[in-house]
Amino acid sequence: MASIIELERLCKSYGTLMAVDDVSFSIEDGEFVTLLGPSGCGKSTLLRMIGGFEEPSSGSIRLDGQDVTWTPPYRRDVNMVFQDYALFPHMTVGDNIAYGLKQMKLDAAQIAKSVGDALNLVGLADKVNQRPHQLSGGQRQRIALARAIVRRPKVLLLDEPLSALDAKLRDQMKLELKHLHEKVGITFVMVTHDQTEALVMSDRVVVMQAGRVAQAGSPDRLYDHPATPYVADFIGTTNFLAAQIVAMSGDQARVAVAGDELDAVVDQPRAVGEAITIGFRPEKIRILADGEDAPNSFAGEIAEVVYYGLGLRLSVAVPGNATVYVDSLLPDRLANTSVPRVGQRVRMALSAGNIFVFDAGTL
Amino acid sequence: MGTPLASSIVGTGSRASPPRAALNRYAADTAFATFVALLMAFLYIPIWVLIIFSFNDSRSLTWPLSGFTLDWYVKLWNNQQLLDAIGNSFYVASCATVLTLLVGVPAALALHRINFPGKKLFRRLVVLPITLPGVVTGISMLNLFRLLGFNLSLETVILGHATALLAVVVTQVSARLERLPKSLEEASADLGASPVHTFFHITLPNIRSAVIGAGLLSFVLSFDEIPVTFFLTGRDNTLPMYIYSTMRRGVTPEINAVGTLIVLFSLVLIILAVIANREKRL
Repeated sequence: MASIIELERLCKSYGTLMAVDDVSFSIEDGEFVTLLGPSGCGKSTLLRMIGGFEEPSSGSIRLDGQDVTWTPPYRRDVNMVFQDYALFPHMTVGDNIAYGLKQMKLDAAQIAKSVGDALNLVGLADKVNQRPHQLSGGQRQRIALARAIVRRPKVLLLDEPLSALDAKLRDQMKLELKHLHEKVGITFVMVTHDQTEALVMSDRVVVMQAGRVAQAGSPDRLYDHPATPYVADFIGTTNFLAAQIVAMSGDQARVAVAGDELDAVVDQPRAVGEAITIGFRPEKIRILADGEDAPNSFAGEIAEVVYYGLGLRLSVAVPGNATVYVDSLLPDRLANTSVPRVGQRVRMALSAGNIFVFDAGTL
Repeated sequence: MGTPLASSIVGTGSRASPPRAALNRYAADTAFATFVALLMAFLYIPIWVLIIFSFNDSRSLTWPLSGFTLDWYVKLWNNQQLLDAIGNSFYVASCATVLTLLVGVPAALALHRINFPGKKLFRRLVVLPITLPGVVTGISMLNLFRLLGFNLSLETVILGHATALLAVVVTQVSARLERLPKSLEEASADLGASPVHTFFHITLPNIRSAVIGAGLLSFVLSFDEIPVTFFLTGRDNTLPMYIYSTMRRGVTPEINAVGTLIVLFSLVLIILAVIANREKRL
């Protein structure tokens, strides 16, 4: 597969603020890539530079091999779905979708056919003569999609496309967008601050932090092997505990945590005695039954028990360290387990592969 | 006027509410309706007086009315000076409106779109003339035109009005542009439209009603403007100037007839403005 977009050392500064700071990566043809990060991390600026709405301070953008760094948006073969949809209020749905086709100087019959096809694709063929304000939020979203896709751009840009929808519709649209991507085969580049959107839809997620790329990879790679505590914290929930290396052997480390010792796997050499931070997911922890002993376990005291339908989330205070979350299914679905109580002392087991090892104090 | 409104509201409300609450609400509704009625009376009774006296067949403006006549309208029709003044006013107001729109709309667009040093100051300076008394604008422009060696005429009045009205157009159009999402123009560019195409097919249709509204307002303000006109006009008179000069000899019912016609004309303009706005929303 060929790269459809190549970003090289791209920077954008506003005065002294570096909104995008030396970003380089490429996007393969047909990929669904998500730029993920909190507000102000530069993800939207990056997307707008790809669309041609912001000029980079330095660096270059190549689209399908052509340098488009200084090409205005109306000469770039990319289309964008705007956060507020930006449907033209004084035009009908049909005219909105036809707008981009008319700029391509197609003949009327061809335009009419393409508009019809696009409306069928998003299932709103009956709305062709309505005005945008007569549509619901979800319908407007689909029209904005149809308007952008109808030109068959090389890349479709989506700026927080689901943020204006209510929670239920958002869940539904996540899958619809994914299916649409599979159907049309165009490269999608989406910006979002919502990690579940990124995990559900993307082939690849680029996590951004303060204008830089913190980590890029497939959703499961990011979830199971976050490169930094920032990524671990941003994608899913991660518990962090202060720890120390007590022994090393290859990529196997023995770490001391609050009076217990655990085995962990490290991705870079660590010195014995080095202070580190370990991270792990709440659902990877198993609370041991009374009297049960297991290797790779540590002690804590239950501080809070919260019921959330699917299961329980326990807050367990690790003495002299932090409080960690533990997700577990409800006791009646777990044989031989009593209901956890606040104040109860428990031991928690973790497998070595589920522990992330980070530099100390990098949170 | 207010009683049917108040009683109908109480009529639906009292079914559910206890009597005391209904009584309170009735009192509040009556007070509100009375207030609205007084406000309307304050605003419109003078105009009705004007209209009624324009059909009264007596020279003196005193009660009671003596009889119905269209004489004043006939007189008006035969008064060449008055007709000239009306014609001049239409000429001045139309030209001043067109001129101020031609300068004001692009100025508002530039203020909205382009960032340049001193933009805030420029914005204030454009709007400032609206706070200046007409006398000051009039004298200063008179001095300027003298300095440039212009002869005073209706054209100098047009220039004066257009300058004074620029603030109206820029504020109105700017306010609309502020509410127009930037993403609309970006979406147009994204879909392959050049900046010029975007302006005519996306920006202009969405600020059209503000432009029309600002134009109508400018027209009306120019039409009844006295202070600036007073300093800048040559031998030709506009309608307000003519009325003012005849007033020194006392109000005649002829003036009432002119006033009535202007009210009628304003009504037409208001209806046009409403239609222009409605078209946009549909």
